[in-house]
Amino acid sequence: MSTPSAASHTGSYLSDPRVRFIEWLPWVLAIACYFAAPTYLPLGSYILIMILFALSLDLILGYAGIITLGHAAYFGFGAYVAAILAVRGTADPLIGIVVAGAAAGLLGWLTGLVILRTRGLTLLMLTLAITSICYEIANKAGTWTGGADGLGGFAMKPILGLFKFDLFGKTGYLYCLVFLFLGWWLVRRMIYSPFGASLTGMRDNVLRMHAVGSPVYQRLVVVYSISAALAGIAGALLVHTTEFVGLKVLSFDLSGELLVMLILGGVGRIYGAFVGPLVYLIAQDSLAKQFPEYWYFGIGLMLVLVVMFARGGILGLLDKLLSRMRRGKP
Amino acid sequence: MSPALETRALCKSFGALTVAAQIDFTLETGARHALIGPNGAGKTTFVNMLMGGLAPTSGSIMLGGDEVTRQSQRQRVKRGLGRTFQINTLFRSLTVVDNVALAVAERHGVAWGMFRPAGGYRAVLDESMQVLEMLGLAADAKLPLAAMPYGKQRLVEIAIALGMRPKVLLLDEPAAGIPSLESHRILEVLDALPAEIAILIIEHDMELVFRFARRITVLAQGAVLMEGSPAEVSSDARVRQVYLGERRE
Amino acid sequence: MEGFVSSLVSVAFHGIAYGMILYVISVGLSITMGLMGFVNLAHGVFAMAGGYIMLSAMNSYDVPFPLAISLAFVAVAVASVVLERLLYARLYSAGDLEQVLLTIGLMFMAVAVARLAYGTLQQPVNLPTYLKGQFALFDRDFPTYRVFLIAFSSLLVAALWFGVERTRWGAKVRAAVDNRAMAQAVGINTSLLFTVTFALGSGLAALGGALGADIIAIQPIYPFENLINFLIVVAVGGMGSLRGPFAAALLIGISDTACKYWLPQFGAFFIYAATIGILLWRPAGLFGKAAP
Repeated sequence: MSTPSAASHTGSYLSDPRVRFIEWLPWVLAIACYFAAPTYLPLGSYILIMILFALSLDLILGYAGIITLGHAAYFGFGAYVAAILAVRGTADPLIGIVVAGAAAGLLGWLTGLVILRTRGLTLLMLTLAITSICYEIANKAGTWTGGADGLGGFAMKPILGLFKFDLFGKTGYLYCLVFLFLGWWLVRRMIYSPFGASLTGMRDNVLRMHAVGSPVYQRLVVVYSISAALAGIAGALLVHTTEFVGLKVLSFDLSGELLVMLILGGVGRIYGAFVGPLVYLIAQDSLAKQFPEYWYFGIGLMLVLVVMFARGGILGLLDKLLSRMRRGKP
Repeated sequence: MSPALETRALCKSFGALTVAAQIDFTLETGARHALIGPNGAGKTTFVNMLMGGLAPTSGSIMLGGDEVTRQSQRQRVKRGLGRTFQINTLFRSLTVVDNVALAVAERHGVAWGMFRPAGGYRAVLDESMQVLEMLGLAADAKLPLAAMPYGKQRLVEIAIALGMRPKVLLLDEPAAGIPSLESHRILEVLDALPAEIAILIIEHDMELVFRFARRITVLAQGAVLMEGSPAEVSSDARVRQVYLGERRE
Repeated sequence: MEGFVSSLVSVAFHGIAYGMILYVISVGLSITMGLMGFVNLAHGVFAMAGGYIMLSAMNSYDVPFPLAISLAFVAVAVASVVLERLLYARLYSAGDLEQVLLTIGLMFMAVAVARLAYGTLQQPVNLPTYLKGQFALFDRDFPTYRVFLIAFSSLLVAALWFGVERTRWGAKVRAAVDNRAMAQAVGINTSLLFTVTFALGSGLAALGGALGADIIAIQPIYPFENLINFLIVVAVGGMGSLRGPFAAALLIGISDTACKYWLPQFGAFFIYAATIGILLWRPAGLFGKAAP
C-alpha cells in the first residue's frame, strides 16, 4: 500500500476533514456537462451511476480490504427490486430508491453475516457463488424478472410529482447527480470518522485489530451492508433512467468491469472511483464500438500493466508525478 | 488480592504431542516477570493460550481472579489483557500516532462513530500523544509508520499495547530483530512502564531479561523447569544444562 | 422403476465423466494455490487453450487425436512456464488483490484473442471414428467417448497421485505446500519447483480442456463461464490437496448432471447453495487444512 499523502483520503486522527477546493471540481464539471454536452447526458447518467457503484466498492475493497468479485449482486438486486416495484407496485422514483436501497442493504447484511467470517479464497469464492445464485434466480424466475429478456415496458412517474423523466435524459442526469452527491457526502464522512480509521486498520492488519479488542466482524458486516445499500441505489438509478433491467446487472462481467474501473482510477482514495469510471466509459464509448475485441484485449493488458507497474492507478501516478515535480523545485 | 494473571494446570496437546504440560503460573500485580526457555520449549504456545488464540486442552486461566479460559481474545482484551507481537504487527499505511489512536479509540468506545471526523476526538489524540511521549516517539508522531526504522517500529508496537491501558501486558520478544547495541533503548522503555501494570516478557536476550525481571520462569519441553529470582535462576544447574549444555571439565 | 434406475445410471455415468474432466482441469489449480499461494483465476485459460489447440490441429491440419492432445499438453505447459517466469513469479509475495487483478486481466486478454482468432461460436468437435458410437457395458450402451474419458482420466489421476506420493518431486511439493519457509530452509529449490509444478498443472488443465471439449464447450468466454466451477472444486475440496478436489469434482459432476436432468428449472442453484453451505461449515474445504 502506498504511504498516504495529503491527497489521499485516509481515516486518520490527524487529517483535516474540510472539503478542499479541488474536491468541488468534479461537481462543477458535472454541472458544466449538463449545459455544454446535452446530447451526451444518457452516457453521463451512466457514468454517474457507475461512479456511485464504484464508490460503494471502494468502501469495502479500498478501505476495509474485502476482496470481492460479486458486488454486482447488490447492484443487480437493487435494480430488479426497483423494476419489479415499478411494474407491480408504484412507479414513484423516490419510493423506488428507498425500497431498492433498503432491500439491497438487507441482502448485504444477511450475506455479510454469513460470508464475512471467512477470508481469502473462501471469501472470494462465496462472493462469486452469491452473485451466481442471484443470476440464476433472475434467469429462471421469468414471471417476476422477465428472465433472459429482461423487464421493461414501464414508465417512471415524475420525481416528487414535478420533474418528469424526459427523452433526452436531462431529468435523469440531474436525478443521478443528486444521489451521487448524497452518496459521496456519506462515504466521505464515514472515511474521515473513527469508523473509517478502524476500516483502514482492518485492511492493514486485521490481526492487530483483534489484539486491540476491535469487533472486527461486526464492523465488516456494517460496512458491507452500507456498501450493498449504495450499490442497490445505483442499480435503481439505472433502472429509473433507462426504464429497463436485464441480466447483465447481475453478471460476473459487471463485477469485473467495475473492479477494472476502480483499479484504473485508484483504490482507497475516494476520487479513484470518480476518475476510473469516467476515463473507462468515455474511452469505451469512443473505442469499443469500432473494435470491441481490441478494446477487451486493451482492458486486460491495461489491468496487467497497472498491477505490475502502477498499483495506485491514475491518481497514484498523478501523485508520483506531483511529488517528483515538487522535489524538482529548489 | 488475586494475582493479575494466573494459570492452573494448563495443558495443551496436539494428539500425542504435548506442547504444554501442567503449567502453574502466577503473575502478581505490578510484576516484572520473564519467561525464558530454549526454542521449542512452548513459550509461544503458552502466550497464545493466554491471549485466547489457542484453546487449552485442560486447565484454567484466570485474569484478575476471574476465569477466562473460555473467553475470546476480545473479551480478555476488555478485561485488560494486552500484548505485543514478536514480529511487528502494525498499521503500515497510517502514521505513528494513528497506530496508537486506533487502540485508544477502541478503549474509549468511540470507534463506531461514523459522522464526526476523527480529528474532532481530541481526547483520543491527546492520549495517543501522551503514550508516544512516554516512549520518546513524540517527534515522529506525524510520520508514516513505514518510514520509521525497525527499532522505532518495535517501540510503536509497545505504544499500541499501552494505548489499551492494560492491566496485564504480554511482551513477545520486544528486542527481537534489534541489534544488541540498541536494546538498551528497549530496556529504558520497559523500565519506564507504569508500575501498576503486570508485565510478562518472553525473551532470548539474557542481558535484557536479567536486568529487567524481578522473577523468572524457565520453560523447557512444555513444562515449568523452575521459577525464581534472577540470581536463583542463573545459578541453577538444571537451567544451565538446558541452555548451555554440560560444562566439560 | 426400470426407467428410473436407468436414468439414475445414466446420470451417474455422465456425472462421473463431467466430474473427472473437472478434476483433471482443476487439480492443477489446487496444487498451485496450495503450493504458491497464488490466486490464479486465469486457470481456465489453459484449459481453453488446450481445447483450441487440439481442435485446430484435428480440424484444420488433420492431426490424429493422440498427437493432438499431446500437442495441447506440451504447448500449454511450455507457454505457462513463460507466463509464470515473466508475470506470476513477480507477484508471489504481493497481496491477494494484485493476483486477482493480474489474472482477471489475463482472462480478458485471452478471451479477446480467442474471439479474434476463432470467432464467437463453439468449436465443432469431431471425434476420431474409433471413439465414436456406443460401447456396451453391463448390458447397457454408453457413449464410447465418455467411457474413454473416464478410463483415461482415471489413468491420469492414478499417475498423478502416484507421482505426488511416491516420487521425490512429489515429496518436495508436499513439503513446500505444508511449510514453504521450512522447505526452502531444507534446501529445496522452491523457485524451480514452482515452475515445474505450475507447468504440470497447466498442462493437465489443457489436457482436461481438450479431452472434455465434448462436455465443456470450447468457446471464447470459456474462462469466465467455467471459472466458478473450477473454483468450487478447489475451494470445496480443499486448496493444496489432491483427494479433496477429486471428491468435490465428482460430487459436483454428479449433482450438476442430476439437477440439470431432474430439476432444470432450478439450473445450477443447488450447486451454488450447496457450495455456500459447505464452505460455511468447513471454510478450508472438505479436506483442506484450517488456516493457521
